[in-house]
Amino acid sequence: MKLLVILVNRLAWLIPTVFGLMAITFAITHIIPADPVAAVIGENASPEQVAALKEKLGLDKPLVEQFVIYLTGLLRGDFGISLYTQRPISEDLFARVPATIELSVVTLFVAIAAGIPVGVISAVHRNSLLDHALRIFTVSGLAIASFWLAILFQLFFSMYLGWTPLQGRVDGWGPDPITGFFIVDALIIGDFEMLGDVLAHMVLPVLTMAYPAMATIVRFTRAGVLEAISSNFVMYESAMGFPRRVIIWKYVLRSALIGTVTQIGLIFGILIANSVVVETVFDWPGIGRYAVDSILNSDYNGVMGFAVFTGVIFILINALVDILHGLIDPRETR
Amino acid sequence: MTGDTLLRVSDLKVSFQTEAGSAKVLDGVNLTIGRGEILGLVGESGCGKSTLARSVLGILPKNAARITDGTILFDGENLLERNEAYLARVLRGRRISFVPQDPFSSFSPVFSIGDQFMELMKWKSPEITDAQAAARTILSSRYGRARRRRDAERVMEMLSAVQLPQPEAILRKYPHEVSGGQRQRLMIAMALLTEPELIIADEPTTALDVTIQAQILKLLKALAAERNVAVLFTTHDLGTAWEICDRIMVMYAGQDVEVAGSADFFARPNHPYTDRLLASLPGAEGGLQGIPGNIPGFVSPPGGCRFHPRCDLASDACRTTRPGVTALGSGHAVRCHHPLGTQFLKEAVT
Amino acid sequence: METIRFILRKFFEDKVALVGLVIITALVLVAIFAGVLATHPGDVSTFHPADRLQGPSLAHFFGTDRMGSDIFSRILFGARITITIAVISVGLSVLIGVPIGLLAGYYNGWFSDLLMRVSDIFLAVPQIVLAIAIAQTLGPAIENVILALSLTYWPFWTRLVYAETRACKNETFVEASVALGASPFRVIVLHILPNISSGIIVRTTLGMGSTILTAAVLGFLGLGPPAPSPEWGRTIAESRQYLPNAWWYATFPGLAIFMVVMGFNLLGDGLRDILDPRIRRSKSNDR
Repeated sequence: MKLLVILVNRLAWLIPTVFGLMAITFAITHIIPADPVAAVIGENASPEQVAALKEKLGLDKPLVEQFVIYLTGLLRGDFGISLYTQRPISEDLFARVPATIELSVVTLFVAIAAGIPVGVISAVHRNSLLDHALRIFTVSGLAIASFWLAILFQLFFSMYLGWTPLQGRVDGWGPDPITGFFIVDALIIGDFEMLGDVLAHMVLPVLTMAYPAMATIVRFTRAGVLEAISSNFVMYESAMGFPRRVIIWKYVLRSALIGTVTQIGLIFGILIANSVVVETVFDWPGIGRYAVDSILNSDYNGVMGFAVFTGVIFILINALVDILHGLIDPRETR
Repeated sequence: MTGDTLLRVSDLKVSFQTEAGSAKVLDGVNLTIGRGEILGLVGESGCGKSTLARSVLGILPKNAARITDGTILFDGENLLERNEAYLARVLRGRRISFVPQDPFSSFSPVFSIGDQFMELMKWKSPEITDAQAAARTILSSRYGRARRRRDAERVMEMLSAVQLPQPEAILRKYPHEVSGGQRQRLMIAMALLTEPELIIADEPTTALDVTIQAQILKLLKALAAERNVAVLFTTHDLGTAWEICDRIMVMYAGQDVEVAGSADFFARPNHPYTDRLLASLPGAEGGLQGIPGNIPGFVSPPGGCRFHPRCDLASDACRTTRPGVTALGSGHAVRCHHPLGTQFLKEAVT
Repeated sequence: METIRFILRKFFEDKVALVGLVIITALVLVAIFAGVLATHPGDVSTFHPADRLQGPSLAHFFGTDRMGSDIFSRILFGARITITIAVISVGLSVLIGVPIGLLAGYYNGWFSDLLMRVSDIFLAVPQIVLAIAIAQTLGPAIENVILALSLTYWPFWTRLVYAETRACKNETFVEASVALGASPFRVIVLHILPNISSGIIVRTTLGMGSTILTAAVLGFLGLGPPAPSPEWGRTIAESRQYLPNAWWYATFPGLAIFMVVMGFNLLGDGLRDILDPRIRRSKSNDR
């Protein structure tokens, strides 16, 4: 019953947030005094050319009307036409989504798989030498510019050692797109050589993105475990002789993680932010790379499309995380 | 004392490392419990009774607390010489179980009550022999279906024994969905399920409403007697101790001062502190008298008998040497250089 | 006075915060005296094509870049840009965010709700995404980077200040001064603000670190100050086509970013331990 309330609340909050996001991006493009038209066709265009382009892009209409057109377009999944490629932005974005999702999901998996045990161990051995070493490692993860880390990895592992591919998702064309996720596609067609190549291409971008995400997970896990470990139920379970590993890895960890699940949204934010530069360095054909291409080509519509698209995805993820939190925390829903 | 001795704590000294220095929280405490006996451990908050209870369980905080002297003999074996793995696997939860002060926070909030009962039975079921428990490895921690079914039946029987209605429904609930009294009944059920010889109940009713306290105490007493389980029951409330204990032991500032059978204890207190404690009860003669002064600090406690700064009868001997045990017959013993008993004897004569 | 002395003493006991402070002091000094400390102070704007892409040596500690300019000197001048961007954009965010948070927290009503909804929308999207959109629209320039960062960062302070003001408002001493007839301005400035300032200070310190990272990303993407600016992110972007030979070209500017962000993060974490009594208590518990 309470779950339904959470669900309704989150969905009711979703609509004004998405609407607000669209209003903000509209304001950025239409109210900030800058002339996108000049950027596209150059300073030397004749007034007629400018007027014609403005009409084509709908920029000659009143602001309110432009906003309504913008909004209804977005709600239909129409992000407008790229000023550079002259193709619908939504098509370009959707074609690139699988690459970004594949990278983010694998990264998140690696970051969680490494971050949670490290966080627990750090908390259990708090203030030990190991704890201090792990904390220096995680604090560093939050201070490193990921584009720099990506370049250092490339420099060392690809250029000097030659262990990993320099960039790209795959050598050649990759598997025929079935789902667009190369790992899945390679598995479906049973091409394990291809799978190995895909995974080899993923190693460096995943490590680059996983480091700051892992650092965040370690911090939250460590804090959560430290709080949970001083709970009375830990004392009770010790007094009743429960095995230490069951107390820590089952009871304490579950308590600690339920409190920190809501931070997954934050971690996704870090991933999205880093995907822009990491995809650029590794020439990964995802939406982050698309954003950078749009920036380089002065494609305002492309940049805005990216901003709205990632913004909406991020809002949806946060709503899902909240609902998930409600599902796994019995105190929320029962 | 009924039956033979189950637990004998002798001359136990425990100190805690604090920023101010080493706090001598237990200063040579003696305690015995016979099989099936309920011993009440009475004293003000901070007198060391919880530390004593935790010492027996072996769950003092490892980095802060140190046992500097003494022995804890349980069924003849000195627990202080046993390693942690043995204590955790064989003793705790199986032969010695625990009822905590706060039944709410002592359950994990994120697992159902049934899950937590079955977790206990997985590791501590009475079907597991001591040898199996001692040899526990990750591989041997399988929980077979047949044993699980029998354990589930044990749980259901025990829930009706602690008078919980609709046991199936309760097991599906989470701890925050049942009342405080029900939670403490569940805790008692868990403590008894593993068929222990000793239950350590650390202020089990302090967190409950007064109206529920009496029910829970009666239940604990009846079930312990039925199963011949000894109980070490700590409380700061003499009334509670009176209701369920066979014997009562009083502690003051980390020292045991007097022990006696319940009736004897209330009839002839011998230690000046016990006397004061009884006088402070509502309804006592003169009514509600406090004890002047404060509990001393543990970092540099008063020498000798720690009660001497607040005691009217204190002499030089009290300030320098800790009084030995004076046996007064029928299990009554006091540690005081100037026991009050003589006065009572006089009164009894006249 | 007592509290200040207490905080200072705690500060010097906390080595982590001290290391952070030393790094940041060094950064500020480097930024101010870049002209004196730089071995080739003219190299921000003059080029020596004959010396391009030289490895680290005594003449060029960190080597030279594609224009033959001394990377060490350019990093020192880059510190000025970094400091300017971080201080002004975080300062503007605080100036916008804190008053809004105070007002929305102190008053109840639809206007407070509206302010909070708006800041929640900003917080619902990763900061970098909106910053990229704004910086792209405005064009590459240092003041545009500052604007893009400020416009997207103020809601973080609004959120924090709003929550703390709400909590503080129900404290007895605030209720008492309201009952005694103090004006809202007086209550907010004299009673609430001092009580929530430690949270703002900690957040500001940590915010400097994350702002420097975000600014570096904008620079790396070509949205920062244009060439030949010695901005660190831009320098790293330039270096990419000269790898793997000119390893020093990418390595040293990145190291500079890392050190500075680390400095602010360490100082922020240290300040939080010192200033926030709640966390201090829990920390002493875990010891």
